Amino acid sequence: MANNSGNTVARSFLQVASTEEVAPSLRVVQIEGLVILKIIKHCKEFSPALVTGQLLGLDVGSVLEVTNCFPFPIREEDEEIEADGANYQLEMMRCLREVNVDNNTVGWYQSTLLGSFQTVELIETFMNYQENIRRCVCIIYDPSRSNQGVLALKALKLSDAFMELYRSNNFTGEKLRERNLSWVDIFEEIPIKVSNSALISAFMTELEADSPITQCDYDRLQLSTNPFMERNVEFLIECMDELSMEQQKFQFYYRNLSRQQAQQQAWLQKRRSENMARKAAGEDPLPEEDPSNPIFKPIPEPSRLDSFLITNQIANFCNQINGVSGQSFNRLYLMKALQDS
Amino acid sequence: MAASEHTALQFTPVLSSSSLLAKVHPLVIFNICDCYVRRPDQAERVIGTLLGSVLPDGTVDIRNSYAVPHNESSDQVALDIDYHHNMLLSHQKVNPKEAIVGWYSTGLGVTGGSALIHEFYSREVPNPIHLTVDTGFRNGEGTIKAYVSVNLSLGDCQLAVQFQEIPVDLRMVEAEQVGFDILKTPMVDKIPSDLEGMEASMQRLLALIDDVHKYVDDVVEGHTASDSSIGRFISETVASLPKLLPSAFDKLVNDNLQLCGYLDIGGFLSD
Repeated sequence: MANNSGNTVARSFLQVASTEEVAPSLRVVQIEGLVILKIIKHCKEFSPALVTGQLLGLDVGSVLEVTNCFPFPIREEDEEIEADGANYQLEMMRCLREVNVDNNTVGWYQSTLLGSFQTVELIETFMNYQENIRRCVCIIYDPSRSNQGVLALKALKLSDAFMELYRSNNFTGEKLRERNLSWVDIFEEIPIKVSNSALISAFMTELEADSPITQCDYDRLQLSTNPFMERNVEFLIECMDELSMEQQKFQFYYRNLSRQQAQQQAWLQKRRSENMARKAAGEDPLPEEDPSNPIFKPIPEPSRLDSFLITNQIANFCNQINGVSGQSFNRLYLMKALQDS
Repeated sequence: MAASEHTALQFTPVLSSSSLLAKVHPLVIFNICDCYVRRPDQAERVIGTLLGSVLPDGTVDIRNSYAVPHNESSDQVALDIDYHHNMLLSHQKVNPKEAIVGWYSTGLGVTGGSALIHEFYSREVPNPIHLTVDTGFRNGEGTIKAYVSVNLSLGDCQLAVQFQEIPVDLRMVEAEQVGFDILKTPMVDKIPSDLEGMEASMQRLLALIDDVHKYVDDVVEGHTASDSSIGRFISETVASLPKLLPSAFDKLVNDNLQLCGYLDIGGFLSD
């Protein structure tokens, strides 16, 4: 009786400890205004050099809260300085802990130039972080786009399916088709929410300038976007070049593959006719395979990872151009209307 | 640290003859508020170091800050000096140009303990700035004040330390660039995209134009007194629209439209 009534209510400690926690998937990243300002300050000060920093915060259910961050010094390519970098990180975390800042790493941020951040290094850094932290996110900030009056902040993480595939290090076309993975599935963008403590909102409300137009508006209503568009298109063209080189690599591979298969067929034919002759002469047939023959060596298929990343970059540039052209259209029509009147 | 032997005097705003000005960036305010919210339970106020640089014209540019743990009782103050030096070294690894320019504390006004802390900071940097941020909103508003210290002495004998207020320039340009909407409210659900931001700016522009229009109408109909300076300003603004021949302007606009159109189509095709 006691067992029956206890069935639905209490599970033994052992049972609870043995069931695996199913982590809810990450739905939103909640950043504090303080972190945004810090990231902007750091990236802007060192632009156009690319900089990185660490994010600190809390992992709560399906929300990842980012409550503080600190910048990394620019790393020199030197053995000694490597150890310094690790020391710096430990020191900063220790000091921040003393003033009650959340001592929990939840990811890192990096600045980018016009959105060209999808590289193999990014994926490798993700894999490194993922080994130690269950949930981590990368925040990308683009200081050049912010001159257009847009807050170019993105939160990214690698999709789980991609991470599994990366671990197995197998990027052949077959495997990808098997898992139905295409270039859009590599990175997942997570929506960002901004939160501020009540104290700082009170201060900001008070310190807000009285004028109805702010610097943000001046930036947005600026007419000259040509330099930005030009650089975007330049990068786009470079990416297209890289993509065509990758495609040439694949064409070369396929041509080699078909040539090798033709060679194999010819060899097989010869072997078979030889065997027929030997059978007629009453001797043992030779095997129909010969692994030591070089024409049977399998040719390695080039990895598709690079072309996927390049396609991602191209998509990014196109989106940016779309955004900027939308803004430009608006501005040009506005100018036209003003001129007419 | 020793108990205070000096008295601290505080004078209400006296514009000193030296044109010392303190420029404070919004990140500093954010940092201070965050540290205040996270302070340990028994502490009433938060103390920390201010980082920045001194500009060639003498203005002190305060760009960053960090909190320093301290212990305070009625007549004694103890500051964790090692922590302060460690944080300074760490910050300087990232940005070697940021140096100590002063210190901050929350709360309104200057207290006795502040004189001691100020003395400590004077040994680190000549003429430190003391910034107070009133997080208690005691005057019904968040007061941010900056002080420099002046030694009052009679002959060779030092009597007291006087804190003279200096003007504070809150450079909110960075906050404006991010958008006050994002920084003001306790929770923002989404960062505005390009077009949404554009829409907001256009609406503000439209509102301003409406205001100006209404004002001009009122003046013409005699409802409001005319102000010649405003009138001149409006006429200057209208005149500053570039006067191009209609054909040249059309060509300019159409070229740009074509360029945007092609790139747009290119973008869609590649998706």
